[in-house]
Amino acid sequence: MFSFIARRLLVAVPTLLILIVISAVLMHAAPGGPFNSERKLSAEVVANLQAKYGLDQPLYVQIWTYIRDLVLHFDFGPSFKYKDRTVNDIIAQGFPVTLVYGFWSFVIATILGIGAGVIAAIRQNTPTDYLVLSVAIIGAVLPGYVIAPILVLVFTLKLGWLPGGGWEDGEWRYLVLPVIALSTGYIASIARLMRSSMLETLNSNFVRTARAKGLPEWKVITRHVMKPALLPILSYLGPVFVGMITGSVVIDMYFSTGGIGKSFVDSALNRDYSVMLGVTLLVGALTIVFNLIVDVLYAFIDPKIRY
Amino acid sequence: MKKHLLLSTILSLSLAGSAFAATVDAADKLAGTQTFSYWLIDSITTLDPQLIESVEDSDVARQLFEGLYTEDGTGDLVDAGAIGYTVSDDKMTYTFQLRPEAKWSNGDPVTANDYVYAWQRLVDPATASSYAWYMELMQVANATAVIAGEKPPAELGVKALDDLTLEVKLITPLPYFRKMLAHSSVLPVHKATIEANGQKWTEPGVLVGNGAYTLTEHKPGEKAVVTRNPLYWNNAATVIESGSFLTVNDENIAFTRYEAGELDTVGIPTGMYPQLSKDRPAEASSAPRACTYYYLLNMDAGKGPEALKNVNVRKALSYAVDRDILVDKVLQSGQIPAYTLTPAAMAGFTVPSVDYATMTQEARSEEAKRLLSEAGYTPENPLKLTLNYNTSEGHKSIAVAVQQFYKAVGVELTLNNMEWQVHSDIMHERTYELARSAWCGDYNEASTFLDLFTSSSGFNDVAYLNADYDKLMADSKTMEDPQPNYTKAEEILAADMPIIPIYHYTSSRMLKTDVRGYPKKNVFGTWYLKELYRVAE
Repeated sequence: MFSFIARRLLVAVPTLLILIVISAVLMHAAPGGPFNSERKLSAEVVANLQAKYGLDQPLYVQIWTYIRDLVLHFDFGPSFKYKDRTVNDIIAQGFPVTLVYGFWSFVIATILGIGAGVIAAIRQNTPTDYLVLSVAIIGAVLPGYVIAPILVLVFTLKLGWLPGGGWEDGEWRYLVLPVIALSTGYIASIARLMRSSMLETLNSNFVRTARAKGLPEWKVITRHVMKPALLPILSYLGPVFVGMITGSVVIDMYFSTGGIGKSFVDSALNRDYSVMLGVTLLVGALTIVFNLIVDVLYAFIDPKIRY
Repeated sequence: MKKHLLLSTILSLSLAGSAFAATVDAADKLAGTQTFSYWLIDSITTLDPQLIESVEDSDVARQLFEGLYTEDGTGDLVDAGAIGYTVSDDKMTYTFQLRPEAKWSNGDPVTANDYVYAWQRLVDPATASSYAWYMELMQVANATAVIAGEKPPAELGVKALDDLTLEVKLITPLPYFRKMLAHSSVLPVHKATIEANGQKWTEPGVLVGNGAYTLTEHKPGEKAVVTRNPLYWNNAATVIESGSFLTVNDENIAFTRYEAGELDTVGIPTGMYPQLSKDRPAEASSAPRACTYYYLLNMDAGKGPEALKNVNVRKALSYAVDRDILVDKVLQSGQIPAYTLTPAAMAGFTVPSVDYATMTQEARSEEAKRLLSEAGYTPENPLKLTLNYNTSEGHKSIAVAVQQFYKAVGVELTLNNMEWQVHSDIMHERTYELARSAWCGDYNEASTFLDLFTSSSGFNDVAYLNADYDKLMADSKTMEDPQPNYTKAEEILAADMPIIPIYHYTSSRMLKTDVRGYPKKNVFGTWYLKELYRVAE
């Protein structure tokens, strides 16, 4: 197991390097540049800007400098758009925000999603099942940009219970609406996934054996069905967790949280190369780590898996 | 509208009066809590005056820094950092007397050297400001050479004669030079703070400014908070204790948060102005802005389409656009139909009565058909063109409507939507046929629009070339009263039609009824927190 983890972490290094190179090449291949404006800037001004940010160098030199600064100083470079901030500043400010609302959304989506899926599966083809399924479908098809304004309209304007946006260092009142908006879709998909996985397990032979032994149904479910039914959910949850803690542009836009999700999308639109690369790397590294965690968890849950 | 152009500056010719501050009406009873919260549609990109490009940045920086002049509610110049000035007989040397009591928020006096430092910093290649050209526009001596790295920043034509006397040398007797001095690019900055903190000098607690407020909190993408600066020279007249600037990227959400009392003023979302102005006239207002929306017609000899080289075709395309429908039915926020590039709201500018503006739309459409058939385009042999626009619901609605107007006169318009960075590249490379564009003035004078289409302008993406036009604009730089030239230049534009003016912007906003002193009529939307106050209701 230990050598498995070590091996996977070693492979992560070239993976991230390849990620940097591919992202940098693609970004520079995209038309437009970070300093485009309505007024065509004079050649001198463009030259000054490019020299300041090192864009006058050939691409391979830029990539090499980037990797060198990253490895030696953990420096992700300056932002081209946010001129008094570095990419480190932007991530340091935005990532904790999305980490908090993403984490809570994940916890809630997982608990409610699995719970609803289990109930629906046990009560298959009953009104309870249909209710869970219909709610799940509605939740899955309603995008965040529809839910978010509705939440603000109801809880901020009509009821006056919660603020319509802002972050205030994650004070709970500012956390509620973003978490509801972000988790709704995930609750729905986790519930549907859990339901079908449960049904599949419920129909398997070992469950029939357990029932034949005369075990009470609750024991069958908790001891024999839950663990194998959770496996497909687990591999789904790894990337979902990364997706949630690295933020959502919809949440950041509608709730003014200052999170990293919007910075990421903006950086792509603004051709803010260094921010785009920095956030891509962050997401890439987190994805590698959490996929590894999922694989390790698999070994614990499924006795058939050995590394 | 691309906001990152619109930096506000100074207005009109009136003599600068006494310093402006909150002038509380004797009949008003002040509210117990004096705070104000303002809406920003985008997060602040920088608070470094010499690097600022966006309206949002300017809105905040204006509270933290004070330049030689500020503007009053209608945009007239008001003495701020300067208390007087003299100008040489050739009108090329200005000498400003600075306010002796002005202080930085750390207690240092504001001196002429602070202005010199800031102005040199703007053009210094090491700063790499994308607004460096503003100093060239101001005609300050050696600006161009410094930007190009041919001369050191120290040779810029600005000098401190003593601590309280600033001298500026120009290369032409620019008649509106002083009007350009309230722009954020030329705000003074505190050298010692910048040198000690580098890029981090604009952080709360570090930033040293000379404005009526200091920066106490800044969470990019969420909010910025400014608090009254006790060392500000006119602090006694300030009423509002603190102001917050909340970033809300969606106009409808912003409106909801205004309704919930979280914001004190917001822009009115598209389409809601007619109803709100009827239902809640005390809060809703609409006023002209110094911005124009137009379509570019590419006349580039090699890259532009053949048809657009024919002036009659260009005229037909302009005539066929029913601006009234666009304004009344599509935009619905009180915008003004445009037949000229310069908005009527610009100080001192008289809109010439260009002939097609006075025709009925029916007559214009008939004329468009006639001009097109003269050029050889008929319903059987229709003119086919492509319009590029950058992704936005608003641009799309206008483009779709224009497509319909063109269909009626037998022109087939294909719509081509693309992201802004690509759109701007294509415009500057002149590899388009028609393209959406817009401009917001940088200072309150018609030349901020008309200079765009001189043959040497960096903005002339249509390859427009008219020697008479160039001469009118060149002459206007040295004339006592350049207004007649501006009028003539507009007449030439209407005759040559290198662009299709579509509408002039308005700013329609909601403002809480207990807020006083907000300048609703300023064409740049320039406002100062220190002039506001709230009354007890």
